[in-house]
Amino acid sequence: MLESERPKLIGENGLRHDGRRIDELRPVKMEVGILTNASGSAYVEFGKTRVIAAVYGPREPPQKYMVLPHRAVLRCRYHMAPFSTDERKNPAPSRREIELSKVAREALEPVILSELFPRTSIDIFIEVISADGGTRTAALNAASLALADAGIPMRDLVAAVAVGKVEGHLILDVDQVEDNYGEADMPVAVAPSLNAVTLLQLNGVLSSSEFSEAFKLALKGIGEIYRLQKETLRNKYLVKVE
Amino acid sequence: MSGSSEQKVERTLVTPGDRLVEGEFRVLTPTTVYRVGTSYYSSVVGLLELNTQEKSLKVIPLEGFYYPRVGDVIIGIVSDVGLTSWELNIKAPFPGVLHAVDFLGRPVNPAKDNLKDFLDVGDVVIGKVEHFDRSRDPVISTKGKELGKVTEGALVEVSPVKIPRLVGKKGSMQSMIEVETRCKLVIGNNGRVLVRCENKQYEDIAVRAIRKIEVEAHVSGLTDRVKEFITLEKVKRGLIGVGERET
Repeated sequence: MLESERPKLIGENGLRHDGRRIDELRPVKMEVGILTNASGSAYVEFGKTRVIAAVYGPREPPQKYMVLPHRAVLRCRYHMAPFSTDERKNPAPSRREIELSKVAREALEPVILSELFPRTSIDIFIEVISADGGTRTAALNAASLALADAGIPMRDLVAAVAVGKVEGHLILDVDQVEDNYGEADMPVAVAPSLNAVTLLQLNGVLSSSEFSEAFKLALKGIGEIYRLQKETLRNKYLVKVE
Repeated sequence: MSGSSEQKVERTLVTPGDRLVEGEFRVLTPTTVYRVGTSYYSSVVGLLELNTQEKSLKVIPLEGFYYPRVGDVIIGIVSDVGLTSWELNIKAPFPGVLHAVDFLGRPVNPAKDNLKDFLDVGDVVIGKVEHFDRSRDPVISTKGKELGKVTEGALVEVSPVKIPRLVGKKGSMQSMIEVETRCKLVIGNNGRVLVRCENKQYEDIAVRAIRKIEVEAHVSGLTDRVKEFITLEKVKRGLIGVGERET
């Protein structure tokens, strides 16, 4: 019975359920400096996944015990708004959100030059306002834009995308339906100029050849996202010239 | 000589992770440029100034915050009064410490002196960063010319990275505004500017000029445009006649 409810993910013509090719991103929209009270902020949209990130600092940590004598502490909160999902989500941080906060922090920590600002804290707040799969990668894209917008020195921007496997095909930028009914989902975050991977997770099963193929596909998508991120940061100033 | 080297400097907009140049260069802004192997990379959104003749490069950030440096002139607001010192908000990640001995210039007896009588929460102080290192909060000193408690003027907050532009090359922008509006500007490196003027109208013009510089800091030819802007504002307010307007 469940089998009959399962949607067809890849059609006869080789297109996905929303009309994308298998190596195509959802329509991406990025904006920086959307919040006036934050040091830096960004809005990122991947199809129906919409995320806002705000960065504060470097500033004095709220509790003195947190300080590190040799570098800034990075604090990160990933949170999904109660209205972001089909069914209301309890606003209290869930186990998943706590884990994703940690994962996002660890994906951003290697690029931030935190050793320049000892005894301070840099706070990142990520709010998912509409969830349709790939929220952690959208969150990372938004957070790294917000960090750059805050003027916090960083080695590189972090660009992220998820690749997956549905009905035997490797696909780029997995959405909610493909994640629910697919065979595998692999979010990847990369600092492209450094040639370094800062996040790599895999949910499901991929053979080793599929894995390297999927990773290549992710890098292709990341290249595109990285270019968009830089364009977004530059546009903020090009507009003001006029 | 300086004219020819000026032309060698190119300015480009860069973002974090952009490869700037390869080779041996002198880095004038160590926090906004880093090096991997033989290449230099930018760490912020900023303007790259590459001087191929002198083999030097700098990236002027367009966004940022204030991080104290010894010798900086800062404008602080008292946030807490202690027994022998004040705590100042200096728009930095750390509070500034102003010792009463330094401010009053005499020994302080906590049993007799109540520091609230000299500076209270909310008072504005112009000071200098005397000591600061990675392990301690910045110590502020008010010993020196034109330092101390502020009693009059308008306080304007601007982004700290725009301060060099507000001062201009060898203070050109600052002195231009001071001459044109007959105001006295005290520019704190931490992104606070104190404007002291003859009257409200000039004060208004000076504040608007500062706001304009903050918005257009990354566009070249700013000094002339700000001068034009001030003249226009003066005409609007009837401070000078249309005939007196020089271009």
